[in-house]
Amino acid sequence: MAFFLIFVSAIFVNNVVLSQFLGICPFLGVSKKIDTALGMGAAVTFVLVVATIITYLMQMLLVRFGLEFLQTIVFILVIAALVQMIEIILKKVSPSLYQALGVFLPLITTNCCVLGVAIQVAGANYKTCGAEPSLLIGTWYAFCTALGFALALVLFAGIREQLELTDTPKAMKGTPVALLTAGLLAMAFMGFSGVVG
Amino acid sequence: MANKALKTLTNGLLRENPTMVLVLGMCPTLATTSSAINGMSMGLATTFVLLCSNVVISLLKNLIPDKVRIPAFIVVIASFVTIVQLCMQAYLPDLYASLGLFIPLIVVNCIVLGRAEAFAAKNNAGLSALDGIGMGLGFTLSLTVLGAIRELLGTGKVFDFTIFPDSYGMLLFVLAPGAFIALAYVMALVNKLKK
Amino acid sequence: MAKLKSSLTNMLLSLTLITLVAAGLLAGIYSLTKDTIAATNAAKQQAAIIAVLPQVEGLTIAEPIEAEGITIFKANQGDTFAGAAVKVAENGFGGIFHVMVGFDATGAITGFEVLDHQETPGLGSKMQEWFQNVRTVIGLNPAEANLTVSKDGGDVDAITAATISSRAFLAAVNKAYNAYAEANNAPIAQGVSSASPIEDAETLAADSLAAVEEVAAETAAETAAEAVAEPNVEPAN
Repeated sequence: MAFFLIFVSAIFVNNVVLSQFLGICPFLGVSKKIDTALGMGAAVTFVLVVATIITYLMQMLLVRFGLEFLQTIVFILVIAALVQMIEIILKKVSPSLYQALGVFLPLITTNCCVLGVAIQVAGANYKTCGAEPSLLIGTWYAFCTALGFALALVLFAGIREQLELTDTPKAMKGTPVALLTAGLLAMAFMGFSGVVG
Repeated sequence: MANKALKTLTNGLLRENPTMVLVLGMCPTLATTSSAINGMSMGLATTFVLLCSNVVISLLKNLIPDKVRIPAFIVVIASFVTIVQLCMQAYLPDLYASLGLFIPLIVVNCIVLGRAEAFAAKNNAGLSALDGIGMGLGFTLSLTVLGAIRELLGTGKVFDFTIFPDSYGMLLFVLAPGAFIALAYVMALVNKLKK
Repeated sequence: MAKLKSSLTNMLLSLTLITLVAAGLLAGIYSLTKDTIAATNAAKQQAAIIAVLPQVEGLTIAEPIEAEGITIFKANQGDTFAGAAVKVAENGFGGIFHVMVGFDATGAITGFEVLDHQETPGLGSKMQEWFQNVRTVIGLNPAEANLTVSKDGGDVDAITAATISSRAFLAAVNKAYNAYAEANNAPIAQGVSSASPIEDAETLAADSLAAVEEVAAETAAETAAEAVAEPNVEPAN
């Protein structure tokens, strides 16, 4: 039950982009076409889940040795190294997958939704919908959050493809009208609030 | 020389304002501007990190081999972020509680790494410091203005100073969608004025 | 000075050096701020305890008793028990929040302080103001008043448009009271509701338990009744 609630909560109610404001940069930057949005979404899902598991274990080590103050520095290095490693492995193991995701991987290091979710899960500071925070719940939360990110990205890309063809006032062209659209999308997602905690 | 210094300082403030013109660091811009004071504090915390990391990176630039420069920069930035985090926890616990997650996330703010790469790695420490201050204050300015607008429209207050009664406020502007909408209009206005 | 070449030794050396210096610097700053952080947190907690307890002279606060994430701070005035402050965590609309609730010796609420929360700004975040001034719970005794929202058949009106936050808040107060009651052999709270559906099973168990205990508690309550002041129950709306 908790798994289902977390699924709904992380994707719709507390969408990582539209209500938590994490990962806005790729949301605005890589959302001009649905194809690229899908690629970015897949890459983020992959990295986010693996990064959450590794940083969770890292955090246990840090707490064990009383080094919690090194959290930020260790987490960001883990994420940077992980992204680099995934890139190298993908290149060797699955060139086709590398072709699809490769270009997005370097961008993910500075995607704050990866570091943000890692910190949330490590500090047990996320919406567990009543379940006890653990590695399993944290990983599931990370996976659902990433799906939420992908959903927002793809929806937004779909709207932006149409937006290109509309006649917008000059000052509103580009980022402002994209932000306005994101605002309306966020408002639509607010309709889910209250469905689950 | 003085001219160049002045230009570096004011560059980030308006002409190349990191949020409004370069469109960098959107996450904290949207997330922490629910009130003017939160926006300003976030801006100042980022300015401190930006100033310190710019100076240190510019001093170390010859000691860091090219291929490992990004991880090296990240370590420097993350150290200063942690310093801000610890100091805020000790001396400004309420502010730390309200900015929460977004303090450690300064590490991945594209402005900080962007300036390290684009400016500090190529210029001397003095100019890098000025660039850090200018960019940081430009960021602070945008965040404060946006925070003030959202706070005013949402709750009728600016810096907790009541302008009109709470009950006329549009709560939407304090919530997530209001952040996007307010920023969209401010940015459109900047675009209009730039011409 | 020329820029270092990207040879393996250079790369390793420079990265190791930078990381070591950074870690050392942070360790230094950490040890400098550690005590201040602890002191700041302790002062904040102490202030909250004082704020929620009965406002009388000469309170001494005993060592905290901690069980299942609930912390009880008992307060004595001289040798007599004057009340207790109870710190609880509850799942709200936006995640876990912490409340410190104060009770006097009879079990009536003397005050509360929302320590931290992530409720929606302008709605759920009104918890402190709403339950203190608008539909006050101060002075109520959770064993006598049904501290659940009126939508669920309780005695307290929820914050406008923030029923979930209100439910969670009242659940937290009841939880705090039950911890207080257990520590002081007082009757259990009437309104045992929970904000999160997952905890419902727990609540049901607590309910049936409450029914059994109620009988037993009644006798205990009667003996304690002389100490119980006239309930200061305000009709909610």
